[in-house]
Amino acid sequence: MDTPQNSSDLQSADLGPAVEVIGVNKWYGEFHALRDINVTVARGERIVICGPSGGGKSTLLRCINRLEDWQRGRIIVDGIELTDNPAQIVAVRRDVGMVFQHFNLFPHLTVLENCTLAPIWVRRMPKKDAEEIAMSFLKRVKIPDQAQKYPSRLSGGQQQRVAIARALCMSPKIMLFDEPTSALDPEMVKEVLDTMVELASDGITMLVVSHEMGFARQVSDRIIFMADGQIVEVNEPKAFFDAPQHERTKLFLRQVLR
Amino acid sequence: MAAGESFYLRTALAESLPPPAFRTGAIGWLRANLFSSVGNIALTVICLLAVAWLVPPLLRFLVINAVWSGSDREACLPSANNPHPGACWAFIHVWMSYLVYGFYPIGARWRVDIFFAALAFGIAWLAWLSAPRRDLGAIYFFIVLPILSFVLLSGAPSIGLSAVATSLWGGILVTIVVATVGIVASLPIGILLALGRRSHYPTIRLLCTTFIEFVRGVPLITVLFMASVMLPLFVPERFAPDKLLRALIGVAMFASAYMAEVVRGGLTAIPRGQYEAAQALGLPYWRMMILVILPQALRIALPNIVNVFIALFKDTTLVFVIGIFDFLRTIEAARSDPHWITPLSSATGYAFAALFYFVCCFSMARYARGVEARLSRAHRR
Repeated sequence: MDTPQNSSDLQSADLGPAVEVIGVNKWYGEFHALRDINVTVARGERIVICGPSGGGKSTLLRCINRLEDWQRGRIIVDGIELTDNPAQIVAVRRDVGMVFQHFNLFPHLTVLENCTLAPIWVRRMPKKDAEEIAMSFLKRVKIPDQAQKYPSRLSGGQQQRVAIARALCMSPKIMLFDEPTSALDPEMVKEVLDTMVELASDGITMLVVSHEMGFARQVSDRIIFMADGQIVEVNEPKAFFDAPQHERTKLFLRQVLR
Repeated sequence: MAAGESFYLRTALAESLPPPAFRTGAIGWLRANLFSSVGNIALTVICLLAVAWLVPPLLRFLVINAVWSGSDREACLPSANNPHPGACWAFIHVWMSYLVYGFYPIGARWRVDIFFAALAFGIAWLAWLSAPRRDLGAIYFFIVLPILSFVLLSGAPSIGLSAVATSLWGGILVTIVVATVGIVASLPIGILLALGRRSHYPTIRLLCTTFIEFVRGVPLITVLFMASVMLPLFVPERFAPDKLLRALIGVAMFASAYMAEVVRGGLTAIPRGQYEAAQALGLPYWRMMILVILPQALRIALPNIVNVFIALFKDTTLVFVIGIFDFLRTIEAARSDPHWITPLSSATGYAFAALFYFVCCFSMARYARGVEARLSRAHRR
């Protein structure tokens, strides 16, 4: 189970996979954080990565838009290989949206400015068009009336929805979610998950690091279970929850699903 | 078991009430801030005594017994109707034009006046945060104004403005020129040095760190001497920059090194997530810095940035060591004028200098405080 099976429902096989991770190894000093990771994500596929903390889930996700460096192996995103070339890195990041655990909104900009910053300064979009698009996404995440406020005036759930809208404004082909609900108060988890479920039904490629097993079961095409820097098990959600193969997976599920 | 008996249950929602009267208003404020405890009462009394001890003599010297008009030192000496004369403002009044312009040719002083007006206009345009077209204001201040000032002050014989050597400049003119150039140059250079010191490239990091630590480790007087004495050794005589220009470079270098550390302090306060969010959106390095990181870092560093500005403004007095007549030096020169020499002319001169520096520095501080308050109102974290 170390190598992922190819998902059966490839939407557009001729375009090639959305993300290819080939034999990636990463060390933090002496610590072997990612060990021979091989993943292929098809276009439109929704993948949830779960596992115990310190298992390398976030590190893998952050390698995909090269917020983290790795020492061995290759990552190809949307046909562009991530190398040391800054132009290629920027090209990949333009098409890969990311949502962080701690939202990371820009506190000195209003909600609307947070959303229009990258379209204006990276995509060179006219301000008016960028604002129009931003408002349409803010409507989709159901907070258009907060557009002129500063992020600090918003609740955690609202901030995370702004962060999702901000990423969507770049019309990314792939969305990365790094524990998007872990920093939220319990009553706000649902509003963010609902937004993500709606997004999943749009057919955008999603990679989600999350402990929300209900979300994983509901929307994911595949679940990747990582522990100790390795991919321990990959399976479709039903099989993953009903018949986990590996001992580590069984232990983890017993602890999470109590 | 009647639960209602064992604890209280509200039957109606609580109305919002005004706060109790003795907690608000002037009396409430006095009680809370000046007379809340024995220690506080003692401090209040000590402060009142200090004010009573210091203020009346100061007022007597500066205003009540001061001499406002006169033609020579006789006016400021003790006389029958003013046995204890205070400040000799008549002396300042007579010397005023020298204190402002130094030896700048009298016929050309209107050019200095225009420079002052143009500078004041530019500062007002930029300092007034809701002024119209502040982008044009910035172009005016950072591009038009320097060229205009140079042409006005140094002169341009081709358009009929006679050349004025910088050795003739003096007084408030020199102080303002040195301080403004230092302030305007030190912020951008300081930002670049701070970014360089945090660069991933070891050469850039080493260069910036060496510069910062070297300049910070040396007194300003030494920097000025080096700029004045050593620069001509490296550059051929013909191209050796003007003496005032050397002082400007020295002051700007010195302030930049301090500014770099202040800005670096602001940069370290920005959480890593801000960089990551900007990178994840595809912003390249400079756009990330200019749009996301620096606005936040400079806001955090603002009190310290203004601190550097104020220190720089006062440090301009040191340019006298390389023979430049700044404002304080002109006071020194004026107070030894035999026509006006009295026991109090020195004190008057220094009191005037103190007033000038205080007004300039205090207004900078107040303005910065206003900007801080406005920024923190706009986006509280």
